[in-house]
Amino acid sequence: MNVPVVQGATGQGRRGRSGRIGRSGRSGRSTEGWAGRVMAAPAVLLLVVFFLVPVVLCFVLAFTNARLVSPEPSTLIGLANFERLLHDPLFWQSLRNTFYFAVVVVPVQSALALVLALLVNGSSRGTNVFRTLYFIPVVTSIVVVSILWKFMYQQNGLVNHLLQAVSFNTIQGADWLANPSTAMPAIIAMSVWQAVGFHMVIWLSGLQTIPGELYEAAELDGTTPWQRFWHVTWPGLRNTRTFILVTITIAALSLFAQINVMTSGGPLGSTSTVVYQAVRVGFQQQETGYASAISLVFFALVLTISLVQRFLTRDKD
Amino acid sequence: MSVTSRSTMKRVAAATAGVAIAITAAGCGTAKESGGGSSGNELTLWTHNAGNPEELAVVQQIVKDYNASQQKYQVKVQAFPQESYNSSVVAAATSKKLPCLLDTDAPNVPNWAFANYLRPLDLPASLTDKQLKSTLGTYKNKLYAIGYYDAALAIFARKSAITSVGGRVPTIEKPWTAEEFKTTLTKLKAAGKYPIAFDLGTGDSGTEWWSYGYSPFLQSFGGDMINRETFKTAKGALNGPEAIAWGQWLQGLVKGGYSPAKSGPDAFADFVNGKSAMVWSGIWNSGNLSKLGADGVMLPPPDLGKGPKIGGGSWQWAISATCDKPEAALDYLKFSLDKKYLVAMAQKQNVIPATEEAAAALPDWAPGGAKRFFLEESKKFATMRPATPGYPYLTSTFAKATQDIVAGGDVKAILDQAAADIDSNLSSNNYYGF
Repeated sequence: MNVPVVQGATGQGRRGRSGRIGRSGRSGRSTEGWAGRVMAAPAVLLLVVFFLVPVVLCFVLAFTNARLVSPEPSTLIGLANFERLLHDPLFWQSLRNTFYFAVVVVPVQSALALVLALLVNGSSRGTNVFRTLYFIPVVTSIVVVSILWKFMYQQNGLVNHLLQAVSFNTIQGADWLANPSTAMPAIIAMSVWQAVGFHMVIWLSGLQTIPGELYEAAELDGTTPWQRFWHVTWPGLRNTRTFILVTITIAALSLFAQINVMTSGGPLGSTSTVVYQAVRVGFQQQETGYASAISLVFFALVLTISLVQRFLTRDKD
Repeated sequence: MSVTSRSTMKRVAAATAGVAIAITAAGCGTAKESGGGSSGNELTLWTHNAGNPEELAVVQQIVKDYNASQQKYQVKVQAFPQESYNSSVVAAATSKKLPCLLDTDAPNVPNWAFANYLRPLDLPASLTDKQLKSTLGTYKNKLYAIGYYDAALAIFARKSAITSVGGRVPTIEKPWTAEEFKTTLTKLKAAGKYPIAFDLGTGDSGTEWWSYGYSPFLQSFGGDMINRETFKTAKGALNGPEAIAWGQWLQGLVKGGYSPAKSGPDAFADFVNGKSAMVWSGIWNSGNLSKLGADGVMLPPPDLGKGPKIGGGSWQWAISATCDKPEAALDYLKFSLDKKYLVAMAQKQNVIPATEEAAAALPDWAPGGAKRFFLEESKKFATMRPATPGYPYLTSTFAKATQDIVAGGDVKAILDQAAADIDSNLSSNNYYGF
């Protein structure tokens, strides 16, 4: 990392010098271009090695019967992987679970984050304390969070004890992760809790770009707080909104770590997601080709959804 | 971000890891790296037990003794944490950087032999005949790996719990019948002293426990994960009437309230703490049984039709196919199978020594010893996991099916789907050479 920075600095130094010596703009620009390329090189290299190459490989492997561990060379098998995908009940179940998760998490998490941001933004005292408190789960590793919640969700875990205490023993609580109907909601609640702080901070940054004069003017006009929110705050958060919508959607669709740690896709496949299935097929079952096909379909889905969202939230002016 | 590319990332990751390992090896070694898992007169040995100091100490002792015993070769140990061991081996194999000597988990041996990671071991019959059958890793009638020890499963129970409800304490010679087992469970539950009558230990969400722990029950019913006559289909074996009876029996244990659908994270600790009367667990927990004093006993699994069965096969040693000094590696293996090292293994860990002569040297393991039970059990009831290169797919599918059955799904539908999935995997791989 050091080398490009040093070279970049030299490049800038040269440009400055050539600028002083004469107005040889052309040579200055070419030096600048060279320095720019050098500075971009590490990032480009990493992107190519860890993003572009794997994506291209994924496209190719999806049409082969490549295996993780096999002496036989992989051969092209056309669309057979995709055909198998169509008749794979676990794939359809995983797809349904993934959408279920996203459809609940996207609105709930963004709304909750906005509420938290408004609360934190309003009070001048203790803002930093609350901001830090809400942000702690975000900086904690998701694996650690998942393991802790796995214990909390047990039949005699913390969650059920709390429920009993709050309800004076009228609610007994389920064995959350062992029950097909409660496993996904339990994971949704935990995921929202873990990630909500991050989006709160983004909403906060959006709130702080809205000029204070607008609120003062609105107040002089005798508006209610609700009117101020609806006519000043909400339009002012336009760009933030789009950003949050797209990032939460993509994060929700790629649900994996929580599943891997907490349920392994069970019980009865009720928490299996597309990414979890791809990893399981690719590594445990060693079917690289089929896993690539799943990944490819997933990639197409995420791309489509993101494009539709971009289209719906485009600048209409 | 690059979720789409996780699977293909493997190739790049494999190459990167290979490079990293090569760099590390070159950095640590005194001689130049020449490939082929050895350099100069140095043989590299990989082992999974970096997280297990007792076992690693024995391996290091063997290596030290071997290096001192002759001048020609030097063996060098590299220990890995178990979690990342298999992926390290696969990565190294992809980049042709496997060490000469490595250990493998028994069910992986056929997969790695098929993929040309390993070479057959040319060991004399006088050596292999002494070994417990379940310590020999074979594929297509050739020996590829050999172990210093094996593990075993058992029902760990409180003797007082069984006798207080009028049950008979079973022995290896006279195990429980399916009927007796059921009666005992019913009585234990009715007595109500222990919240759980028989804890199956279903809290582990990893794959291999589900295959190692619950496929022996399936085999005891007369079913199996795959048809072992041909290794070409799972139909009939995994979804025949015997397998369905197994599924219903297993599900019945949970539905009837004898075992929890999801056990605690440490079912054995729950047992020691009095939450359960009996627990299905392995020899690795036998050290903790002493906390119950004389009341803690080890019992064989019930005979569910085809005799009691337990899983067989633990970690075993192999030589890589790319090793350029196979005769030296073989020489080391022969040296390491000496009685005193097998004794040391069984002394320092809760494992079954691989030979009778090693057992005879240990009071606990000699006939009549406190741990002898496991050796007898292993000899009589051990069933190896299917020796096919398709095992990784088998175990992953079987584990999910078993998890679904325990979670209360439709047994027949689950097993039909699992058998169909396995068959399609087998045919798409040309039956792995069978």
